[in-house]
Amino acid sequence: MKGRWYEEMAVGEGLELGDFRFSAEDIIAFARLYDPQPFHLDEEAGRKSHFGGLCASGWHTLAAFMKCFAASDQAARAELADEGKALPPVGPSPGFADLKWMRPVYVDDTISYRSSVTSKRELASRPGWGLVFFHNEGINQKGEPVISFTGKLLVARRTK
Amino acid sequence: MSHLLHYEDYALGQSGEHGDYEVTADEIKDFARRWDPQPFHLDEEAGRASLMGALCASGWHVCAMMNRLMVDGYVNHSASMGSFGLSEVRWLKPVFPGDRLSLRWTVTDRRISSRRPEMGILTMHFELLDHKREVKLTSDGVNLFRVRGVK
Repeated sequence: MKGRWYEEMAVGEGLELGDFRFSAEDIIAFARLYDPQPFHLDEEAGRKSHFGGLCASGWHTLAAFMKCFAASDQAARAELADEGKALPPVGPSPGFADLKWMRPVYVDDTISYRSSVTSKRELASRPGWGLVFFHNEGINQKGEPVISFTGKLLVARRTK
Repeated sequence: MSHLLHYEDYALGQSGEHGDYEVTADEIKDFARRWDPQPFHLDEEAGRASLMGALCASGWHVCAMMNRLMVDGYVNHSASMGSFGLSEVRWLKPVFPGDRLSLRWTVTDRRISSRRPEMGILTMHFELLDHKREVKLTSDGVNLFRVRGVK
């Protein structure tokens, strides 16, 4: 996360990850592959559904979170590498929890993603790593939350 | 609409299984380029050098493939109202090219929304299995289906 070691992750710290705009073409292309339900595929079907309009697959909203997360991590790593700093290896994630799709994401909505560290702990089973918990969320251009979840990430420790 | 399955058609404890989804290296890389461009999802050599030991699918891609199995398997045969979300997703094992995935679901709870009587809330336990019957992912989440005859 942002090229930081476990020791550098401060509980309570918030990080802006970037924005993503959902075009109709993108919404439909993603849904054709992974979520072919009528209200994700067709404007008319969207209008007739309880969502009231064509809206993005919830998994599309999460994929865009990952895109922003990865871009922000890679940009921070490049900057730190230029400063000559030793970077931690990228750690895996054991999963996530408390995923809430709070509101639909409609055509041309722009979602801003952010993440804050909620807790962290060292792992007895994996001495080189710590487990960090995040509150991740996406907010639309009207300031309304559309998605939130608890992210979990193994982050390498500087001191073994 | 009446040929679609409704909330009433899903009983507590009921289960089903749908598959199979063949995972390819091309699809793994396509998804990764667009959404999760980490080296071990983009390149065989980087995959071999990683903790996972080979090119493997993004966890978000695995979720998306699970969703496709869900939609084709039963959601599109039902009067679906989408989902509120999932309480847990556990990425247990990496998904590699050549894996053939199937989805098993079990109804673990069912109730009608108190605020929206037309909406049935089914809590599901999901297991994503490969062709060797290894469990790659488990999850608990919600499917929303219409209650029959309620506007």
